[in-house]
Formats: sequence, C-alpha cells, structure tokens
Amino acid sequence: MRRRELLAWLGLSPAALLLGGHAGANANAAAKPIGTGDLGVVVERARGALALVNTSTRSVLAEIGGLGDLSHASVVFSRDGAVAYVFGRDGGLSKVNLLTRQIEARVMQAGNSIGGAISADGTLVAAQNYTPGGIKVFDAGTLAQLADIPARDERGGLSRVVGLADLPGRRFIFSLFDAGQIWIADLSDSGNPQITKLVDAGRQPYDALLTSDGRYYIAGLFGEDGLALVDLWDESPRIRRILSGYGRGEQPLPVFKMPHLRGWAVAGRHAYLPAIGRHEVLVVDTASWLEVDRIPVAGQPVFVMARPDGRQVWVNFAVPDYDRVQVIDTVSRRVVRSLSPGKAVLHMEFTPRSEAVWISARDANHVVVIDTLNFRVLAELDIDAPSGVFFTSRATRMGL
Amino acid sequence: MAPPVFPLLLALSAAGVAAAQEPPTWRRAELVSQVRNDCGSCHGMRLTGGLGPPLTREALADKPVPSLAATIYHGRAGTPMPGWRSLLSEAEAHWIAEQLVSGFPETAK
Ligand code: HEC
Repeated sequence: MRRRELLAWLGLSPAALLLGGHAGANANAAAKPIGTGDLGVVVERARGALALVNTSTRSVLAEIGGLGDLSHASVVFSRDGAVAYVFGRDGGLSKVNLLTRQIEARVMQAGNSIGGAISADGTLVAAQNYTPGGIKVFDAGTLAQLADIPARDERGGLSRVVGLADLPGRRFIFSLFDAGQIWIADLSDSGNPQITKLVDAGRQPYDALLTSDGRYYIAGLFGEDGLALVDLWDESPRIRRILSGYGRGEQPLPVFKMPHLRGWAVAGRHAYLPAIGRHEVLVVDTASWLEVDRIPVAGQPVFVMARPDGRQVWVNFAVPDYDRVQVIDTVSRRVVRSLSPGKAVLHMEFTPRSEAVWISARDANHVVVIDTLNFRVLAELDIDAPSGVFFTSRATRMGL
Repeated sequence: MAPPVFPLLLALSAAGVAAAQEPPTWRRAELVSQVRNDCGSCHGMRLTGGLGPPLTREALADKPVPSLAATIYHGRAGTPMPGWRSLLSEAEAHWIAEQLVSGFPETAK
C-alpha cells in the first residue's frame, strides 16, 4: 500500500498525521485537525493547570498542567487563536499551544505578576508586574525578553502596574497604582521603547479598560471618587477626570475584592462601570462622559461585562455576595434577572455571538454554561476550583 | 458563710477567654480556605503578596499579633485593606493573625 492510500484507508489527511505525530508524544493531543475559533481555556487556580474547552460541544477536551501559581492568572491569545499566553501570579509566563496541548516556552519573568497583553500585530507579549513594579516585553515566538520598563516615578520608587492594554502600532498603555500615573510605551523599535507619561491620573488607579475601538482608556481609582479617562485619538492625549464625587461624600462600604475593569463594559453608547465601595453600577454616556444612571445591585460589583452585542450587562460580586450574578437589560437599564450559579463566582465569558455565557464558580468546582436569551442552564462542566474563563475570540479584539 | 468557689470560677472564666481565641475545628477549616481564597485575591493564594503585601511567616516576623489582628478586623483607612468585622469575629481575626505569623496552614488541621 502506498503512503497516500494508507492514509486514506486510515481516514487521515496528511495534516492530521502531523498532529498525530504530537499525539505520540502526548496522549492527550487531538486526533484530527481542528479549528481554533471555538476553543477556550479555564484556569484551574489551585492545580496550576488550564482546562482546554470547546464552546460548540460545551466540553472539556484536555487538561494542561505545569503552569505554576495561577491565582489571579490571565490569558491572551495569538492571532491564529492557537496559542495561549498565560500570566501566573508567581511571575511565570507560559506559551501554551492549544492544538498540540503542549507548553512551547516558559519563563519566570518577575516575582509577582498580574497579567499581560499582546500587540496588535501579534509579535510582542507584555507582562504587567507588581514586583518588580513595571512591564516587561517579550518576543511572542520565543519569549525572549526584548524590553524592561521599570515603573519608576520622579521620587525614585517603583510602582505596581495595573490596567495594561495593547494600542495600535506596537504600543501598550498601563497605569501605575502607587504613583497615580498612566504611561504609554511605544515599542516600534522594541529595543528602544519610547515612553509618554501622563501624570496626575488620580489616586491609586486599580485597573483599566480600553474601549473596543481603541479610542478611550478608562482607569478606575481606588483612592478617590471618580475615574481617569484618556482620549487616545487626541493629538496629545491627556487625563480627564470623569464621574468625580460619584460617592456623594457618603462613607464607602468595605471593598472585599477589587473590581476588574478589563472586559466588555461598553454597550451601545453607554459604559457600565462598577462603583467602588457602593453596591451600584454607574452608567455613563460615552459622548458626554456624564453619568446618566446608576443601577442598584446585590453587592460590590467585580466584573461588569456587556454581552458582545450590548443587549445585556452581567455583573458578579465580591465576597460575601459572590454566589450571585445579576443581569442588567440595557434598554430599561434595570436588573432583570438574579442567578445563583454556585458559590464563589469568579469570572464570566461570553461566546463571540452572545448566545451563551460561561460562569466559573470556584467553590462549586464547576463552570455553568447559560443561555443568555432564556437563562436556561445548557451545560455544567466539572472543573477544579475554576477562575478565569478565556475564549480564543479575544485574539481579534483590541484591549483583551 | 460564702463557699470557697471564687478561685475556681476565676480559673474557669480565664480558660473561657483562651478557648474563645481558638475557633472550633469546622470553623478553622472555613477560615483557612477563606484566607487562602478571599484574602488571596489581594495577598495571593500562597500569601506571597499582590496588591496587598506578603503575609508569609518571614514577612511578618517582627510584627506583633495584636496589631495584625487589629488590621484584619478594622482594616487600614486610605489603603485597599478592608476591615473584616462584618465577616469575622475579633477572636477569629486574632486566630488568623496567630496562624499567619507562625506560617499559615495549607489546609485546616
Ligand atoms: C482588597 C484587597 C485586600 C484584601 C481582600 C485583603 N487585604 Fe490585607 N491588605 C491589603 C493591603 C493593600 C494592605 C497594606 C495596607 C498598607 O498599605 O498599610 C494589607 C495589609 C494587611 C495586613 C498587614 C500586613 C503588614 O505587614 O502589616 C494583614 C495582616 C492583612 N492585610 C491581612 C489580611 C487578611 C487576613 C485578609 C482576609 C481576611 C486580607 N488581608 C484581605 C489589601 C487587602
């Protein structure tokens, strides 16, 4: 039998055989070629592993371990959706191939890290670090370090970095928690980064988001009532304070977990933002940047995420209200549903066309898949202490 | 004539205070997982630090337990460290502080 006939007889294409070669090395590997559009990963926080999932079949395909301390881990994807870059709390940065299910490269790049971003052209991966405070930039192919940008302010201290996002043109934007500044690093020449510093961003920026068009960067402030806004389409971008005094001088409630801003918070012309120390979601008009509404919710909001089509906004909460998820209808701007998907809901991720949402419940050791139209449970996947859920559709979006 | 029970009563109530510092086994298990997970969102699951400082035995070596317990119970104004008094009793905050300075258990014993 000739090789081609043998392959046909086995029902294999040469491409499949290529993957089959890896299967020899890793019993978990895929048997036949698959696309990446409906793949995703769920962080198994305590085990230092990723569960590889498929959002069409709503199933776990494999577990990929050996990734270190994954508390507060986050993930970005290569442009082809085949590679997940995993940023661990312990400073580990791993490049995981979702098709071969193997770790292709791994570096320990910091003592304490909080996440990362990938450049629009897919060539640079940047990590944001608490210790040592700053960002580091790596070659996306090899994870060789290309640039080290310490977040040192005028007084000489290193600042913890939060709110890192990619901007068009091999640039990254990030916030300095301790210094209260926002920096833009241009890595057109990766060995010689050019930094633009926007000072006086406000007290203690704790996280930030980039709107999906890449125009606005919004940093939430812990140390004061308000947020910092940067219009990146401006000739020379500057800080503008929005929603100043949204707490109306009232005593804030304790914040048992910092809200996360990164994600989809813009629905139509309105941005939905978590208040700090108030059990409210603030609604802002993105044309005037004035508050148009505030919606009372069940606890301190952590993630306030718009469904990709903008029709709903889903909210989860800090302890002790973290067994609940509430759904805001963006037309009436009211909570229309309260769900209890399990104890310690940590994250939510929508499928790209909005029809389903995956919700991780850490203490319930499961991820629940919910139909966003009728709120029916479509699937419940057993996953050990799940935290972040990340789908490859992030590969095509700015700021994710 | 008054019966001579006062010393015994005093001894009992002193023991009562000490016992109050030590939460029951089931509660200790809850507290350990609460610290690793909920405090872990700022201090790291391994307590090696994050937005909050490390809470490892080495990091807390020269810090007095009562002041750490007060930080846990009341929080620190002007920083993200919240007061946990709506979720923990003072005795529980004290027990957590004691565990932290002597190296926090992985799981409850
Ligand atoms: C929202 C973030 C956050 C959470 C959640 C949090 N902490 Fe903290 N914690 C901090 C920060 C920030 C500091 C440092 C405060 C300062 O700058 O003085 C701190 C300080 C402390 C300190 C003092 C450390 C020292 O070196 O003096 C202790 C002890 C502590 N936290 C314990 C806890 C415990 C126990 C929990 C859970 C019950 C907890 N923290 C939850 C943010 C947090």
